[in-house]
Amino acid sequence: MKHSLILRIGPATFRIGSAWRGPIDQLARLYARYPAVTDEIADFTVRLQPTSPVRRWIRPSIFITGDHGLADAAPMSLSHGLLAAEMGMNLQMALGWRRHLLLHASSVEKDGRALVMTGESGSGKSTLAALLGERGWRLMGDEFALLDLDTGAILPFPRLVSLKNRAIDVMAGEVGEGRMGPLLAATAKGDIRHMVPRADAVARMDEGAVPRLLLFPRFGHDADERPVGSAEIFMRLTQASTNYVALGQPGFAALTRFVGNVPARAIDFPSGEAAVAMVERLWEQMA
Amino acid sequence: MSAARLVQALRDPAAVRGLDAKGWNGLIAAAHAERLIGTLAFRLEDIAVPDAVRAILADARLDAAREAHQALWEADRAVVALDGLGVHVLLLKGTAYAAAGLKAGEGRFIGDLDILVPRDMIDAVEDRLIAAGWEWAKPDPYDDAYYRQWMHELPPLIHGTRDRMIDVHHTILPLTARPKPDAAALIADAVPIADGLYILSAEDRVCHAAAHMLADGDVQGGLRNLWDIYCLLEDTDPVALEARAARHGLIPHVRQAKRLAAALYGTSAGLTTWDRLVRARLLARDGWGRETRKLLVFGFFVRSHWLRMPPLMLARHLWTKWRKGHRPQ
Repeated sequence: MKHSLILRIGPATFRIGSAWRGPIDQLARLYARYPAVTDEIADFTVRLQPTSPVRRWIRPSIFITGDHGLADAAPMSLSHGLLAAEMGMNLQMALGWRRHLLLHASSVEKDGRALVMTGESGSGKSTLAALLGERGWRLMGDEFALLDLDTGAILPFPRLVSLKNRAIDVMAGEVGEGRMGPLLAATAKGDIRHMVPRADAVARMDEGAVPRLLLFPRFGHDADERPVGSAEIFMRLTQASTNYVALGQPGFAALTRFVGNVPARAIDFPSGEAAVAMVERLWEQMA
Repeated sequence: MSAARLVQALRDPAAVRGLDAKGWNGLIAAAHAERLIGTLAFRLEDIAVPDAVRAILADARLDAAREAHQALWEADRAVVALDGLGVHVLLLKGTAYAAAGLKAGEGRFIGDLDILVPRDMIDAVEDRLIAAGWEWAKPDPYDDAYYRQWMHELPPLIHGTRDRMIDVHHTILPLTARPKPDAAALIADAVPIADGLYILSAEDRVCHAAAHMLADGDVQGGLRNLWDIYCLLEDTDPVALEARAARHGLIPHVRQAKRLAAALYGTSAGLTTWDRLVRARLLARDGWGRETRKLLVFGFFVRSHWLRMPPLMLARHLWTKWRKGHRPQ
């Protein structure tokens, strides 16, 4: 395609092609500190192509596809091109990754041990991971946690952190403008800005950690903490995994081991600060 | 052209040795787009490839194994659903190749479960499948009526909990197509494999694949269909195949399929002008997995409708579809 770039994030390499220059330039700027890959065999090809020939030029509209695609993927405006590229990469992982059990979860690491947080979009798992990543933890990923089928370790997938709505100002204040991407206003999920993870998150993106605590965060409620039964944990994690079914028996074995070994709590919190305090306390007690 | 590179890799796996990173990326993207990545993975099993490629191909083989496993389970469920009805579960296409362990099935993508039953049993079969948990997948009344009146199969059914489709055929071409295959002969000469499952005879398998590729549809995904044909031809007797094609009214299609299969995947063959046009359509895929040669592709799309319907009927169909907001890609 006319504009393209190869990116490596954790264990996966993406070749991203675009009919327009904008999204590729934005990726190149925000991923500048990631390992340089120019001539490499990519695990996945991502394409940002016009929804029709006319839509290349007039009211440009992006169809996101690639090795794996969805025929009914919603078209996106070119002004949201960076988000389209990120979604394109996520789509490949969600539909095509087979080398680990993929959990729709954020994760952070301390002393070789990992905290995994899973929940629906809007639960605050992304923001919480981003905040912890600035407060003495290493950010492993805000979207996908990769569970190794053999060792049971959690492996990082530290792509750009996707911050939504109120989380944008919280994090921009914390990390400064230099690590923030452009404001993508009024996307399907509201306003979005991407944040570049700290240098240690990128430098150590091949380094896994032993999972020691699983949290089900929920933002926007009074502070509360509840135990969760292992059957419920198992079911929620199968729902949070995009490749659990595809992996078959090894996926079942890895998830069973994870649920058996990792203590879990559901936590509600009214603010990021309250959440950080709760997490630190639970980590002291349980991990 | 990456479709050409894909064809070359399937024909002569050792040819991938000279590929650089860009070449591999193009080959893999084209193989995904043509749904031949699993087939490619099997073909390259004994070839030394870069580590990054080995991992990708290992994933594809794993996916193919799961596909086959699921497909055979669906076939098994159909046997249970139709038990005692006096109808054999006659498998077509991907599931048939996987169930019979044919070369065409190695690594093959398998979408739906396709079965062939006698036309006078189709209502009974449908009732049984509905009772066993399959549901209507086409809610549009026009589409539903169109299938029932003019197509060679029931409107697709999808299983409520397993989320897998079944296509129940009563012949192998739409009723509006010019060739009229002998569906009764297809069923009469079916071959039992195992567990209550049947497949078409070797010659009928080629007739079906050729009809599907060249007498129906717009040749989309044709490289995979042609790979099927190339593999299936190995089990046929040329004289018997010719006789069988004549019986189904598919002589030109089977002959063309043989020429194209030999030209693309075999040693070589003389091609007619029309063959060359089909070949150009088959190879319309670039190193990003995108379709190229838009005009030619559109031409084949138009042709697919022409093949399926007489002009007046086509006009009415296009008018109805247009009013419903459907536009060609």
